[in-house]
Amino acid sequence: MSAPENKRRAFLAAVGAVAVAPGISLIAPSQAGTAASSAVRFGMLVDTTKCSPGCDACVKACAAENGLVEPIADLRQGSQWIRKIDLVDTATGRQHSLPMMCQHCAKPPCVDVCPTGASFKRADGIVLVDRHICIGCRYCMMACPYKARSFVHQPLTTQNPEVPRGLGCVEACTFCVQRTDRGLAPACADACPQGAMLFGDLNDPQSAIAKRLKEVATTQVRADLKLGTGVRYQGI
Amino acid sequence: MARVLTLLASLVLALPFQVHAGEVAKPAVKIENPDTQCVAPAEEMRRNHMEVLQHQRNRTLRLGERGAKVSLNGCIECHASKTNGSVIGGKDNFCEACHAYAAVKLDCWDCHQPKAGYKAAAVAQPSGENK
Ligand code: SF4
Repeated sequence: MSAPENKRRAFLAAVGAVAVAPGISLIAPSQAGTAASSAVRFGMLVDTTKCSPGCDACVKACAAENGLVEPIADLRQGSQWIRKIDLVDTATGRQHSLPMMCQHCAKPPCVDVCPTGASFKRADGIVLVDRHICIGCRYCMMACPYKARSFVHQPLTTQNPEVPRGLGCVEACTFCVQRTDRGLAPACADACPQGAMLFGDLNDPQSAIAKRLKEVATTQVRADLKLGTGVRYQGI
Repeated sequence: MARVLTLLASLVLALPFQVHAGEVAKPAVKIENPDTQCVAPAEEMRRNHMEVLQHQRNRTLRLGERGAKVSLNGCIECHASKTNGSVIGGKDNFCEACHAYAAVKLDCWDCHQPKAGYKAAAVAQPSGENK
Protein backbone atom coordinates (compact mmCIF):
# COMPACT_ATOMS: atom_id res chain seq x y z
CA MET A 1 0.00 0.00 0.00
CA SER A 2 1.35 3.43 -0.90
CA ALA A 3 2.05 6.12 1.67
CA PRO A 4 -0.62 8.64 0.60
CA GLU A 5 -3.24 5.94 0.90
CA ASN A 6 -2.11 5.23 4.42
CA LYS A 7 -2.43 8.89 5.27
CA ARG A 8 -5.93 8.95 3.90
CA ARG A 9 -6.88 5.94 5.97
CA ALA A 10 -5.45 7.56 9.09
CA PHE A 11 -7.42 10.71 8.39
CA LEU A 12 -10.63 8.77 7.91
CA ALA A 13 -10.04 6.82 11.08
CA ALA A 14 -9.71 10.13 12.91
CA VAL A 15 -12.94 11.38 11.40
CA GLY A 16 -14.63 8.15 12.42
CA ALA A 17 -13.50 8.65 16.00
CA VAL A 18 -15.34 11.97 16.17
CA ALA A 19 -18.51 10.03 15.36
CA VAL A 20 -20.01 10.96 12.03
CA ALA A 21 -23.80 11.07 11.81
CA PRO A 22 -25.14 7.61 12.66
CA GLY A 23 -25.71 5.30 9.72
CA ILE A 24 -23.20 7.11 7.50
CA SER A 25 -20.14 5.05 6.83
CA LEU A 26 -17.22 6.91 5.38
CA ILE A 27 -14.95 5.17 2.95
CA ALA A 28 -11.86 6.44 1.25
CA PRO A 29 -12.96 8.58 -1.73
CA SER A 30 -11.22 8.00 -5.03
CA GLN A 31 -9.14 11.11 -5.67
CA ALA A 32 -9.33 13.13 -8.84
CA GLY A 33 -7.62 11.24 -11.60
CA THR A 34 -7.08 8.07 -9.56
CA ALA A 35 -8.71 4.84 -10.61
CA ALA A 36 -10.57 2.33 -8.46
CA SER A 37 -8.03 0.30 -6.51
CA SER A 38 -7.79 -3.46 -6.40
CA ALA A 39 -6.57 -3.12 -2.81
CA VAL A 40 -10.21 -2.35 -1.98
CA ARG A 41 -13.03 -4.88 -2.06
CA PHE A 42 -16.37 -3.23 -1.54
CA GLY A 43 -19.05 -5.20 0.23
CA MET A 44 -22.18 -4.87 2.29
CA LEU A 45 -23.56 -6.59 5.34
CA VAL A 46 -27.34 -6.68 5.73
CA ASP A 47 -28.57 -7.33 9.24
CA THR A 48 -31.96 -8.96 8.62
CA THR A 49 -32.76 -8.94 12.34
CA LYS A 50 -33.01 -5.15 12.09
CA CYS A 51 -34.81 -4.94 8.72
CA SER A 52 -38.55 -4.37 9.17
CA PRO A 53 -41.04 -6.11 6.84
CA GLY A 54 -43.17 -3.07 5.91
CA CYS A 55 -40.23 -0.77 5.20
CA ASP A 56 -38.98 0.05 1.71
CA ALA A 57 -36.85 3.09 2.50
CA CYS A 58 -33.87 1.49 0.73
CA VAL A 59 -35.89 0.85 -2.44
CA LYS A 60 -37.16 4.45 -2.51
CA ALA A 61 -33.70 5.87 -1.85
CA CYS A 62 -32.29 3.79 -4.70
CA ALA A 63 -34.98 5.02 -7.09
CA ALA A 64 -34.34 8.67 -6.18
CA GLU A 65 -30.55 8.43 -6.34
CA ASN A 66 -30.44 6.51 -9.58
CA GLY A 67 -33.36 8.22 -11.30
CA LEU A 68 -35.54 5.10 -11.57
CA VAL A 69 -38.60 7.28 -11.74
CA GLU A 70 -40.08 6.78 -15.19
CA PRO A 71 -43.75 5.78 -15.27
CA ILE A 72 -44.11 2.18 -16.42
CA ALA A 73 -47.24 0.80 -18.02
CA ASP A 74 -46.42 -2.81 -17.23
CA LEU A 75 -44.89 -3.10 -13.77
CA ARG A 76 -43.23 -6.38 -14.66
CA GLN A 77 -41.00 -4.40 -17.00
CA GLY A 78 -39.90 -1.89 -14.39
CA SER A 79 -36.25 -1.66 -13.47
CA GLN A 80 -35.54 -3.18 -10.09
CA TRP A 81 -32.09 -2.47 -8.73
CA ILE A 82 -33.11 -3.43 -5.21
CA ARG A 83 -36.23 -5.12 -3.89
CA LYS A 84 -37.62 -6.23 -0.56
CA ILE A 85 -38.20 -9.90 0.07
CA ASP A 86 -40.29 -11.26 2.94
CA LEU A 87 -39.37 -14.71 4.19
CA VAL A 88 -41.34 -17.11 6.34
CA ASP A 89 -39.92 -20.25 7.89
CA THR A 90 -42.89 -22.58 7.40
CA ALA A 91 -41.68 -24.94 10.12
CA THR A 92 -41.45 -22.32 12.86
CA GLY A 93 -43.48 -19.43 11.50
CA ARG A 94 -40.55 -17.03 11.95
CA GLN A 95 -40.84 -14.10 9.55
CA HIS A 96 -38.22 -11.73 8.37
CA SER A 97 -37.52 -9.35 5.59
CA LEU A 98 -34.46 -8.37 3.60
CA PRO A 99 -33.35 -6.22 0.70
CA MET A 100 -32.01 -8.15 -2.31
CA MET A 101 -29.86 -6.62 -5.02
CA CYS A 102 -26.77 -7.34 -7.10
CA GLN A 103 -24.49 -9.32 -4.79
CA HIS A 104 -21.33 -8.02 -6.51
CA CYS A 105 -19.82 -11.48 -6.82
CA ALA A 106 -16.09 -12.06 -6.90
CA LYS A 107 -16.77 -14.47 -9.77
CA PRO A 108 -19.86 -12.99 -11.42
CA PRO A 109 -21.73 -15.31 -13.80
CA CYS A 110 -23.09 -12.24 -15.63
CA VAL A 111 -19.53 -11.35 -16.61
CA ASP A 112 -18.80 -14.93 -17.72
CA VAL A 113 -21.72 -15.09 -20.12
CA CYS A 114 -21.60 -11.61 -21.62
CA PRO A 115 -20.68 -11.92 -25.31
CA THR A 116 -19.45 -8.34 -25.66
CA GLY A 117 -17.56 -7.68 -22.45
CA ALA A 118 -20.15 -5.11 -21.40
CA SER A 119 -20.77 -6.86 -18.10
CA PHE A 120 -17.59 -6.36 -16.10
CA LYS A 121 -16.12 -6.15 -12.63
CA ARG A 122 -14.23 -3.07 -11.53
CA ALA A 123 -10.93 -3.38 -9.69
CA ASP A 124 -12.66 -2.71 -6.37
CA GLY A 125 -15.17 -5.53 -6.91
CA ILE A 126 -18.16 -3.50 -8.11
CA VAL A 127 -19.97 -5.29 -10.95
CA LEU A 128 -21.26 -2.96 -13.66
CA VAL A 129 -22.70 -2.88 -17.16
CA ASP A 130 -20.87 -0.83 -19.78
CA ARG A 131 -23.91 0.41 -21.64
CA HIS A 132 -21.74 1.70 -24.46
CA ILE A 133 -21.19 -1.86 -25.62
CA CYS A 134 -24.18 -3.74 -24.14
CA ILE A 135 -26.25 -5.17 -26.97
CA GLY A 136 -29.22 -6.00 -24.78
CA CYS A 137 -29.04 -9.74 -25.33
CA ARG A 138 -30.02 -10.35 -21.68
CA TYR A 139 -27.80 -13.41 -21.25
CA CYS A 140 -26.61 -11.88 -17.99
CA MET A 141 -30.17 -11.62 -16.70
CA MET A 142 -30.59 -15.34 -17.25
CA ALA A 143 -27.23 -16.14 -15.69
CA CYS A 144 -27.74 -14.17 -12.47
CA PRO A 145 -28.91 -16.46 -9.64
CA TYR A 146 -30.19 -13.42 -7.71
CA LYS A 147 -32.47 -11.98 -10.42
CA ALA A 148 -30.59 -8.79 -9.88
CA ARG A 149 -30.61 -7.35 -13.38
CA SER A 150 -33.30 -5.49 -15.29
CA PHE A 151 -33.75 -4.55 -18.91
CA VAL A 152 -34.84 -1.08 -19.95
CA HIS A 153 -37.86 -1.49 -22.23
CA GLN A 154 -38.68 2.12 -23.03
CA PRO A 155 -36.94 5.34 -24.04
CA LEU A 156 -35.93 7.39 -21.01
CA THR A 157 -35.63 11.12 -20.51
CA THR A 158 -35.41 11.42 -16.73
CA GLN A 159 -31.93 10.06 -16.07
CA ASN A 160 -29.90 11.66 -13.33
CA PRO A 161 -26.77 13.19 -14.87
CA GLU A 162 -24.46 10.94 -12.88
CA VAL A 163 -26.44 7.78 -13.67
CA PRO A 164 -26.74 7.36 -17.44
CA ARG A 165 -29.14 4.58 -18.41
CA GLY A 166 -31.32 3.87 -21.41
CA LEU A 167 -33.42 1.81 -23.72
CA GLY A 168 -32.09 -1.55 -24.82
CA CYS A 169 -29.51 -2.01 -22.09
CA VAL A 170 -29.40 -4.19 -19.03
CA GLU A 171 -28.76 -2.56 -15.67
CA ALA A 172 -28.47 -3.38 -12.00
CA CYS A 173 -27.34 -2.08 -8.63
CA THR A 174 -23.99 -0.29 -8.96
CA PHE A 175 -23.36 0.12 -5.20
CA CYS A 176 -24.11 3.75 -6.20
CA VAL A 177 -20.70 3.95 -7.81
CA GLN A 178 -21.15 7.71 -8.28
CA ARG A 179 -21.35 7.97 -4.47
CA THR A 180 -18.74 5.40 -3.48
CA ASP A 181 -16.22 7.17 -5.73
CA ARG A 182 -16.83 10.28 -3.61
CA GLY A 183 -16.35 8.35 -0.39
CA LEU A 184 -20.05 7.99 0.41
CA ALA A 185 -21.99 4.81 1.13
CA PRO A 186 -24.71 3.69 -1.32
CA ALA A 187 -28.02 5.57 -1.03
CA CYS A 188 -29.86 2.50 0.36
CA ALA A 189 -27.40 2.06 3.21
CA ASP A 190 -27.65 5.74 4.13
CA ALA A 191 -31.44 5.71 3.97
CA CYS A 192 -32.10 2.63 6.12
CA PRO A 193 -33.76 3.94 9.30
CA GLN A 194 -32.63 0.83 11.20
CA GLY A 195 -29.00 1.03 10.10
CA ALA A 196 -29.41 -2.51 8.83
CA MET A 197 -27.08 -2.07 5.86
CA LEU A 198 -23.39 -1.69 6.56
CA PHE A 199 -21.19 -0.80 3.59
CA GLY A 200 -17.42 -0.72 3.41
CA ASP A 201 -14.10 -2.18 2.38
CA LEU A 202 -13.89 -5.90 3.17
CA ASN A 203 -10.12 -5.84 2.64
CA ASP A 204 -9.47 -3.21 5.29
CA PRO A 205 -9.30 -4.99 8.67
CA GLN A 206 -10.04 -1.67 10.41
CA SER A 207 -13.31 -1.05 8.54
CA ALA A 208 -16.57 -1.40 10.47
CA ILE A 209 -17.80 -4.08 8.09
CA ALA A 210 -14.65 -6.19 8.33
CA LYS A 211 -14.78 -6.01 12.10
CA ARG A 212 -18.44 -7.01 12.21
CA LEU A 213 -17.89 -9.88 9.76
CA LYS A 214 -15.20 -11.17 12.08
CA GLU A 215 -17.58 -11.16 15.04
CA VAL A 216 -20.98 -12.33 13.85
CA ALA A 217 -22.16 -15.30 11.81
CA THR A 218 -23.09 -14.17 8.30
CA THR A 219 -24.33 -15.95 5.21
CA GLN A 220 -23.86 -15.60 1.48
CA VAL A 221 -27.08 -16.31 -0.39
CA ARG A 222 -26.60 -19.42 -2.54
CA ALA A 223 -23.14 -19.92 -1.06
CA ASP A 224 -23.17 -23.33 -2.75
CA LEU A 225 -22.50 -21.59 -6.07
CA LYS A 226 -19.18 -20.32 -4.70
CA LEU A 227 -19.53 -16.91 -6.33
CA GLY A 228 -17.90 -15.04 -3.47
CA THR A 229 -20.65 -12.48 -3.03
CA GLY A 230 -19.73 -9.04 -1.78
CA VAL A 231 -23.11 -8.76 -0.05
CA ARG A 232 -23.62 -10.85 3.08
CA TYR A 233 -26.63 -11.37 5.29
CA GLN A 234 -26.90 -11.73 9.02
CA GLY A 235 -29.80 -13.63 10.62
CA ILE A 236 -31.14 -15.65 7.70
CA MET B 1 -24.53 7.24 -77.79
CA ALA B 2 -24.56 5.34 -74.56
CA ARG B 3 -21.53 7.27 -73.41
CA VAL B 4 -23.13 10.56 -74.22
CA LEU B 5 -26.22 9.52 -72.27
CA THR B 6 -24.17 8.51 -69.27
CA LEU B 7 -22.33 11.79 -69.43
CA LEU B 8 -25.61 13.69 -69.64
CA ALA B 9 -27.11 11.70 -66.79
CA SER B 10 -24.15 12.31 -64.54
CA LEU B 11 -24.25 16.00 -65.38
CA VAL B 12 -27.92 16.17 -64.53
CA LEU B 13 -27.33 14.25 -61.29
CA ALA B 14 -24.38 16.35 -60.34
CA LEU B 15 -26.02 19.64 -61.13
CA PRO B 16 -28.47 20.04 -58.26
CA PHE B 17 -25.83 18.88 -55.80
CA GLN B 18 -23.36 21.47 -57.00
CA VAL B 19 -25.91 24.20 -56.76
CA HIS B 20 -26.90 23.17 -53.23
CA ALA B 21 -23.40 22.66 -51.95
CA GLY B 22 -22.85 26.36 -51.99
CA GLU B 23 -26.22 27.12 -50.47
CA VAL B 24 -26.48 24.93 -47.38
CA ALA B 25 -25.77 27.25 -44.54
CA LYS B 26 -23.05 26.26 -42.10
CA PRO B 27 -24.52 25.55 -38.68
CA ALA B 28 -24.61 28.56 -36.44
CA VAL B 29 -23.15 27.16 -33.24
CA LYS B 30 -24.18 29.26 -30.30
CA ILE B 31 -21.60 29.50 -27.51
CA GLU B 32 -23.53 30.11 -24.31
CA ASN B 33 -20.57 31.01 -22.12
CA PRO B 34 -18.11 32.82 -24.40
CA ASP B 35 -16.02 34.11 -21.48
CA THR B 36 -15.01 30.63 -20.35
CA GLN B 37 -12.22 28.49 -21.75
CA CYS B 38 -12.97 25.06 -23.21
CA VAL B 39 -10.77 22.10 -22.19
CA ALA B 40 -9.05 22.35 -25.59
CA PRO B 41 -8.92 24.83 -28.49
CA ALA B 42 -12.11 24.91 -30.55
CA GLU B 43 -10.36 23.61 -33.66
CA GLU B 44 -9.16 20.53 -31.79
CA MET B 45 -12.53 19.94 -30.13
CA ARG B 46 -14.32 20.20 -33.48
CA ARG B 47 -12.21 17.41 -34.92
CA ASN B 48 -11.55 15.21 -31.91
CA HIS B 49 -14.30 15.64 -29.32
CA MET B 50 -15.62 12.14 -30.01
CA GLU B 51 -12.24 10.51 -29.40
CA VAL B 52 -11.66 12.58 -26.31
CA LEU B 53 -15.05 11.62 -24.91
CA GLN B 54 -14.73 7.95 -25.78
CA HIS B 55 -11.30 7.75 -24.20
CA GLN B 56 -12.54 9.34 -21.00
CA ARG B 57 -15.78 7.36 -20.84
CA ASN B 58 -13.77 4.14 -20.77
CA ARG B 59 -11.48 5.45 -18.06
CA THR B 60 -14.34 6.70 -15.95
CA LEU B 61 -16.63 3.71 -16.26
CA ARG B 62 -14.21 0.82 -16.45
CA LEU B 63 -11.36 2.11 -14.30
CA GLY B 64 -13.45 4.25 -11.96
CA GLU B 65 -11.42 7.37 -12.64
CA ARG B 66 -13.20 10.51 -11.45
CA GLY B 67 -12.48 14.20 -11.62
CA ALA B 68 -10.75 14.15 -15.02
CA LYS B 69 -10.40 17.33 -17.06
CA VAL B 70 -12.75 15.98 -19.72
CA SER B 71 -16.28 15.10 -18.66
CA LEU B 72 -19.48 14.84 -20.66
CA ASN B 73 -21.42 16.41 -17.80
CA GLY B 74 -18.88 19.24 -17.87
CA CYS B 75 -19.65 19.79 -21.57
CA ILE B 76 -23.38 19.90 -20.85
CA GLU B 77 -23.08 22.31 -17.95
CA CYS B 78 -21.24 24.79 -20.16
CA HIS B 79 -22.90 24.24 -23.52
CA ALA B 80 -26.57 23.71 -22.61
CA SER B 81 -28.78 26.32 -24.22
CA LYS B 82 -30.05 29.07 -21.96
CA THR B 83 -33.41 28.72 -23.72
CA ASN B 84 -34.29 25.07 -23.14
CA GLY B 85 -31.49 24.09 -20.76
CA SER B 86 -30.30 21.32 -23.06
CA VAL B 87 -27.59 20.54 -25.61
CA ILE B 88 -30.21 19.00 -27.91
CA GLY B 89 -33.79 19.75 -28.92
CA GLY B 90 -33.38 21.97 -31.96
CA LYS B 91 -31.01 23.33 -34.59
CA ASP B 92 -29.85 26.01 -32.16
CA ASN B 93 -28.69 23.54 -29.54
CA PHE B 94 -24.97 23.01 -29.27
CA CYS B 95 -24.70 19.31 -30.16
CA GLU B 96 -27.61 19.13 -32.52
CA ALA B 97 -26.57 22.13 -34.61
CA CYS B 98 -23.52 20.40 -36.10
CA HIS B 99 -24.80 16.86 -35.92
CA ALA B 100 -27.92 17.76 -37.91
CA TYR B 101 -25.74 19.52 -40.48
CA ALA B 102 -23.34 16.59 -40.77
CA ALA B 103 -26.16 14.00 -40.54
CA VAL B 104 -24.33 12.11 -37.79
CA LYS B 105 -26.70 10.39 -35.37
CA LEU B 106 -26.28 11.31 -31.72
CA ASP B 107 -26.53 8.26 -29.49
CA CYS B 108 -25.16 9.84 -26.32
CA TRP B 109 -28.50 11.27 -25.25
CA ASP B 110 -30.33 7.95 -25.37
CA CYS B 111 -28.68 7.29 -22.01
CA HIS B 112 -27.03 10.52 -20.85
CA GLN B 113 -29.06 13.41 -19.52
CA PRO B 114 -28.76 16.30 -22.01
CA LYS B 115 -30.07 18.95 -19.62
CA ALA B 116 -27.81 21.00 -17.37
CA GLY B 117 -28.36 20.75 -13.63
CA TYR B 118 -31.05 18.12 -14.02
CA LYS B 119 -32.31 16.16 -11.02
CA ALA B 120 -34.88 13.43 -11.50
CA ALA B 121 -38.00 14.18 -9.48
CA ALA B 122 -38.17 11.58 -6.74
CA VAL B 123 -41.40 9.95 -7.78
CA ALA B 124 -41.73 6.80 -5.69
CA GLN B 125 -41.30 3.86 -8.00
CA PRO B 126 -43.79 1.10 -7.28
CA SER B 127 -41.60 -1.78 -6.24
CA GLY B 128 -43.40 -4.03 -8.71
CA GLU B 129 -45.00 -7.42 -8.43
CA ASN B 130 -41.80 -9.19 -9.11
CA LYS B 131 -40.93 -9.59 -5.45
S1 SF4 C 1 -27.44 -7.85 -21.99
FE1 SF4 C 1 -25.60 -6.55 -22.26
S2 SF4 C 1 -24.41 -6.85 -20.36
FE2 SF4 C 1 -25.92 -8.52 -20.44
S3 SF4 C 1 -24.87 -10.25 -21.41
FE3 SF4 C 1 -25.91 -9.12 -23.08
S4 SF4 C 1 -24.40 -7.60 -23.84
FE4 SF4 C 1 -23.64 -8.39 -21.85
